[in-house]
Amino acid sequence: MIGMTSWKKSRYLPAVLLVAGLIVTAILPSTGLVNDYLQFVIVSVAINAILCVSLNLVNGWMGEFSVGHAGFMALGAYASAILTVKLFPSAPAALIFPAAVLIGGTVAGLAGIPVGILSFKTRGDYLAIITLAFLMIVKSGLENIPYTGGPRGMLGIPRLTTVAWAYFWCVVAFWAIRNLVYSKYGRGIAAIREDEIAAEAMGVNTRTAKLVAFVTSSFFAGIAGALFAHQLQFINPSSFDILKSTEILVMVYLGGVASLGGSLLGAGFVTILTQCLQPLGTWRMVVLPALLVLLMLFRPGGIMGYRDWNWLKPRIPFRSKPDVKDNGKEEIVP
Amino acid sequence: MSALPLLETRNLTRQFGGLRAIGDLSLSVNRGEILGIIGPNGAGKTTLFNLLTGIYPPSSGGIFFDDRSIAGLRPSEIARLGMARTFQNIRLFRQLSVLENVRIAYDSGLDCSPLEALLRSPRALSRERESIAASMELLEMFQLGSHAEDRAGDLSYGAQRRLEIVRALALKPSLLLLDEPAAGMNPSEAMQLTEFLRWVHGKFSLTIVLIEHHMQMVMALSDRIEVIEFGLRIAGGKPEDVKANPRVIEAYLGTEGELP
Repeated sequence: MIGMTSWKKSRYLPAVLLVAGLIVTAILPSTGLVNDYLQFVIVSVAINAILCVSLNLVNGWMGEFSVGHAGFMALGAYASAILTVKLFPSAPAALIFPAAVLIGGTVAGLAGIPVGILSFKTRGDYLAIITLAFLMIVKSGLENIPYTGGPRGMLGIPRLTTVAWAYFWCVVAFWAIRNLVYSKYGRGIAAIREDEIAAEAMGVNTRTAKLVAFVTSSFFAGIAGALFAHQLQFINPSSFDILKSTEILVMVYLGGVASLGGSLLGAGFVTILTQCLQPLGTWRMVVLPALLVLLMLFRPGGIMGYRDWNWLKPRIPFRSKPDVKDNGKEEIVP
Repeated sequence: MSALPLLETRNLTRQFGGLRAIGDLSLSVNRGEILGIIGPNGAGKTTLFNLLTGIYPPSSGGIFFDDRSIAGLRPSEIARLGMARTFQNIRLFRQLSVLENVRIAYDSGLDCSPLEALLRSPRALSRERESIAASMELLEMFQLGSHAEDRAGDLSYGAQRRLEIVRALALKPSLLLLDEPAAGMNPSEAMQLTEFLRWVHGKFSLTIVLIEHHMQMVMALSDRIEVIEFGLRIAGGKPEDVKANPRVIEAYLGTEGELP
């Protein structure tokens, strides 16, 4: 019974937190307590957290190695920017922006389908190369489309990514991926990581599980891309190269594989550290990789690998031991 | 026993390159029986299991489970039809908890779309509750309840073997394929396992196919035994008859004069 009430409470807790957080993040900029720079950092942390948790689904929970995440991000960024810049430049922001972000996510999610299908037969190194090829196709493709400015990219994107919107999408991404991870499909995805043959033999449709992982992962990468485009107000194909993917990979493996809390930590840590190291100039690009090497030596799963904070886990009423079952004479061999 | 066999292979053949791992094998497994499959190392016993469970497609021949052809189906589809297995070298999801291991098998019988899972719809939530409750009940029945939250890879060897059987049972199978469940056990542990399997067989009204090298155990458990050598069936029948069959003794011990 106690389990039941705490479950009900925790069921509404996310909604309460979401609304409270939205109010705070909506009011915050107008109070003048946080300057533009700080807002920029907060929004960056949120966007990176979305990228990190979505990549973690494939690289952490499923145990594959995708390096194509920036490609999905690019598709979301471009699709949303086409909407706000080219197609509906004069539409009210409150209407067009949510739609643009959603469509950005959807375009990226659809692009996740072919990559997911290719993952049916390939895995490990070979799948990593396929995702690399995907990234190169997206980047080169965008460079050759005059409509979106070719290699120069798109300019004059309205700055619509507010702290509140970034917060909202970040919460949605973590909520949805948490739901997925603690579901039939999430356990199937983890089973693929552990032993694909045993997973199939235990009734896990590994094809469905792989598709779900790739589509969900790329959908949220697209969402993050759309937010990114409307934060920087400028995108070009080289914003989404292998370095961008690498940056997200660093967050995943630093924060912790197969961990929601780890994704949050990794994104926050890397984003803030990069900002703090600005005075070092290009030398800052040495500090982070060096940290990564140390972490791989001493904690290969990252800070929070395969673990999570309890508050991030869904609570489900857990029927504890049924009161004295009539096991009777059925002696079980120990 | 019902007249129709639960599982039947007809002229089942599997080639690996030039090697014929299983050749023209026709077997049937009757409902409710325990069928032992024995044969020297490399005889093709595990390959047979891999064919039955869909891990390899057959090169030719047919497999019929519950009177429907299952050759060419994916392993997960066959598993959901009610054929569960364990592996010769334990293949648990080591990093995952004991409970999760069982739930993964149980979940495959639950219908819940990916979208429902992502949004955690009321249906998805009730499926979650059902899967926890049923899996816990199963674990408790096998005295693994107190280990529910432990990592499967941290269990003792014996407990891992038991968990693999529990995980297979979570599929609610009608047919259980056991691939050397007594591997790595001493004779007294093997006898304990024999009792355990007999209990499981009755409790879950299963049909069991058992690959095993512990002769004592196979002889004690099996209603019938099939003997395979080089992918071919060389003998079959009641345990006493098989034990006395000169062809079987030859396969295991070699013919006279062969040893230096």
